[in-house]
Amino acid sequence: MTLIDLANPTRFLTLTTRLLPWLAAVTAALLLIGLYQSAMAPDDYQQGATVKIMFIHVPNAWLSMFVWGVMSLAALGTLVWRHPLADVAAKAAAPIGAAFTFLALVTGSLWGRPMWGTYWEWDARLTSVLILFLMYLGLIALWRAVEDPSRAARAAAILTLVGAINLPIIKFSVDWWNTLHQPASVMRMGGSSLDRAFLIPLLVMAVAFSLLFVTLHLAAMRNEILRRRVRSLQMMQASQRAA
Amino acid sequence: MSLGPYTSFIVTSYALVGAVVLILIFSIAIDYRRQKERLRELDASGVIRRSGRSAADIQ
Repeated sequence: MTLIDLANPTRFLTLTTRLLPWLAAVTAALLLIGLYQSAMAPDDYQQGATVKIMFIHVPNAWLSMFVWGVMSLAALGTLVWRHPLADVAAKAAAPIGAAFTFLALVTGSLWGRPMWGTYWEWDARLTSVLILFLMYLGLIALWRAVEDPSRAARAAAILTLVGAINLPIIKFSVDWWNTLHQPASVMRMGGSSLDRAFLIPLLVMAVAFSLLFVTLHLAAMRNEILRRRVRSLQMMQASQRAA
Repeated sequence: MSLGPYTSFIVTSYALVGAVVLILIFSIAIDYRRQKERLRELDASGVIRRSGRSAADIQ
């Protein structure tokens, strides 16, 4: 089966149905390993045990941006190739991305209170991530407001691409502005500044959460394809009755 | 394993992530069952896909 074959919704459904149980099993196993390593990680000399919040905050923060990146690629697929699966992919990813962004904001806030002395600060990183969360909610509202999926697809794709401008702002906000949020410590020039005792659990959790996203995204795409099939069959049924 | 004076912050963070991930998983699973049920109802009412296959045949 080639990549082009997967662009066919029926073939995509067949592959997804076969793949999902395996993906779910690998994701669950990696999450368990990551959680065990996070629990066993030593306390940080400055932050104490609150460093454990990093193992769930950072993967969610990464995914909040990664999911919008996936949606931006799908938006290009909608606008350039007008492929129906591209809009299915974007629409299915939005609620998952919104959930990861919400978790990044809340876990960051719960980490910030003991470390910074405040739950929230209107600094560049926190504010740009809050804007990302609001953009996810706006996109979800747009898809729900327009009944015809093909009409909603184009508007959502344009909004997604415009919103992608926020991704480099989030990434480099800690370098461009003086923020309370710490600068990058894993993906930075010169390598990670994290000790292996923290880096390994963090990377395992990041891979586990990324696989969780892939699993949930494929399952949500399958649902969306079926929802569109239901809609077209209902329309066919209505036109047959009218005739 | 002692979590020190900030146990509530750490436990709340993990519990919240667990709860949201479970909500995501269950909402997607419930949506899948709902769509399959609708397709079965359409199949029972005699609607056939343009390909000639059953509405409830998801593969």
